[in-house]
Amino acid sequence: MASDRYFGLISLITAVAYIAAATQIQTNLFSGEYLPKLFPVMIGVVAAICSLIMLFKPDPDPEWPAARSWASMGIAVVVLAIYAVMLTPLGFIGPTAIAAGILSYQISPRKGPAVLSGLGLSVGLFVLFKFLLGLGNIVAYRVPTPESLWKAISILIPFVGH
Amino acid sequence: MDILANLALGFSVALSPYTIFLAVCGCFLGTIIGALPGLGPSNGVAILIPITFTLGLDATSALVLMTSVYYGAMYGGRISSILLNIPGDEPALMTTLDGYPMAKAGRAGDALVLSGVASFVGALLATIGLIVLAPTLARVAYLFGPAEYFALYLLAFCTLGGMASNNQAKAALAACIGLGISMIGVDQSSGLPRLTGGSLHLYDGVDFLVAIVGLFAIAEVFFFIESHGKGSAIGVKLGKVTIPWKDIMSTKWTMLRASGVGFIAGILPGAGASLGSFLAYMTEKSIAGPKGGFGTGVPKGVVAPEAGNNAAAGGALVPMLTLGVPGSGTTAVLLALLMTLNITPGPTLFTDRPEVVWGLIASLLIANVVLLLMNVPMVKIFVKILMVPAWVLLPGVTMVSFVGIYSLTGSYFDMLLMIGFGVLGFFLRKLDIPTVPVILGILLGGNMEDALRRAMTLSDGDVLYLFSSPIAIGLWVAAIAGFVAPMFLRGVLKKPQAITD
Repeated sequence: MASDRYFGLISLITAVAYIAAATQIQTNLFSGEYLPKLFPVMIGVVAAICSLIMLFKPDPDPEWPAARSWASMGIAVVVLAIYAVMLTPLGFIGPTAIAAGILSYQISPRKGPAVLSGLGLSVGLFVLFKFLLGLGNIVAYRVPTPESLWKAISILIPFVGH
Repeated sequence: MDILANLALGFSVALSPYTIFLAVCGCFLGTIIGALPGLGPSNGVAILIPITFTLGLDATSALVLMTSVYYGAMYGGRISSILLNIPGDEPALMTTLDGYPMAKAGRAGDALVLSGVASFVGALLATIGLIVLAPTLARVAYLFGPAEYFALYLLAFCTLGGMASNNQAKAALAACIGLGISMIGVDQSSGLPRLTGGSLHLYDGVDFLVAIVGLFAIAEVFFFIESHGKGSAIGVKLGKVTIPWKDIMSTKWTMLRASGVGFIAGILPGAGASLGSFLAYMTEKSIAGPKGGFGTGVPKGVVAPEAGNNAAAGGALVPMLTLGVPGSGTTAVLLALLMTLNITPGPTLFTDRPEVVWGLIASLLIANVVLLLMNVPMVKIFVKILMVPAWVLLPGVTMVSFVGIYSLTGSYFDMLLMIGFGVLGFFLRKLDIPTVPVILGILLGGNMEDALRRAMTLSDGDVLYLFSSPIAIGLWVAAIAGFVAPMFLRGVLKKPQAITD
């Protein structure tokens, strides 16, 4: 019950904010005054109605994961986010081995297999993508400079990055 | 004969050694993708699109490859349904009902071969149906103006929402999420940004590939982390695989009927393969009556959903190619592929680029034959692949997804966005909010708004213009019926739950 109510509330707020943003859409002579706003406002209204229904007629709660699984998933999200920004300054093999290894450990917590799957996946996928499929823009490794590392990691810090 | 000339054109495009090689690769890859638990046709095709795109294949080759993967995944889905009792995606759920009991009774090999043949029959008949029906529908589609198109998109969202979810409000909300996301970016008519929140990264809009890969593939990883990769061990033994001729002959009418039912369900925009396999199974169950023993592992119960499922997969291509409105999650992903290749589906596709359409249809026929040849004698190889443990498979899938998006856009922003979509997908699925309408919304939002704006411009803002033609009114009625009817039918048409040990 409660989960649907929370989600309904969040989506209701989002929908109202969306409608508010939609009414502020800039227009000019070519687009006319109302047409660029019409469809976004319609979407927002339908979404708001659906959110209200979820608020007042919630379904039974789903089975949420245990605290430990939440922690694992949180770690996975953080690792993937760091992976996303590190792929450019560090190249493919290093970050992939670490990220794949940690993910593997989150799914099945055994150290040996996790290390092996991290290493195997990073080298195997690199060979597959670079030499068999010829994808151009992945690089095996790059030597990072402090500036490039800071530039990459600052992306993840709110208001500092760009 | 028009059709034969067109088919000849198609085969002349699709029958080069190179494309056949691609078809074989695609079929093999597709079957693996379908067979692996937790990697259904939609996310399989989704993670391959960016990679196909960066490979620089031309439109026809890319299409041949991806449709082979699509059909292959449809075939492969049955393997994990039958051996593991885990459906690779929703349509495969019905196959577990009789497939798994049959495998437990020691007839795993028979069940696999039988369902392979049923898949072949369903897909073949559906492709023939597509050949006959699509050009006709493409001619009808010329009558569609902006008002009709707007109603048609609405119909797709309504039927999809009606069928895909247990809660209409949640399905509609999902569609709104997708449509809302699709509005982000520079407005084409004014040239001014909309709803970007000032972020330059969002000026180009949200790439649907990023959303698809995030919602399907990355979200799946979170589910595996939650379950710690349990429940993917093969519980049944697969002995020597022989061809059960007797069962094939005794189920031939079931295959034909189920193919027909599945094909029709597939054509309905938004309904798709889940409905196809469901209706095919239920029809056969009621024809057989209580004595038929459905649910205990009878051949007919294995054949009906597989034929229906694959026929629906073919049927879903009809609205996708002629109207640009996909009939299922996977066809939505295929539509994304076409858009990536700069091919706009719709009636003009049949006249402007016949080589693409007929090349695609010919490659479907080729893929189907390849799949039958591959799936019956080589089924044991695919069963071996099922043994890949989740702790190698899922990190692998994640990394492939990242590489795909990275090589497509080279932007960290898109990768972060993809993770965000993964988290969103996890919560949506937990709360029983379907994710396919989100994808469809992102894909079709631009076109839907365009239709509305043109209709409003043509009529000078008169809302009644949207209901001005019989076709438009019919589509509106169908849309409302498709959205409302499942609320009342839910009691009658109850989905059978997956059996547990």
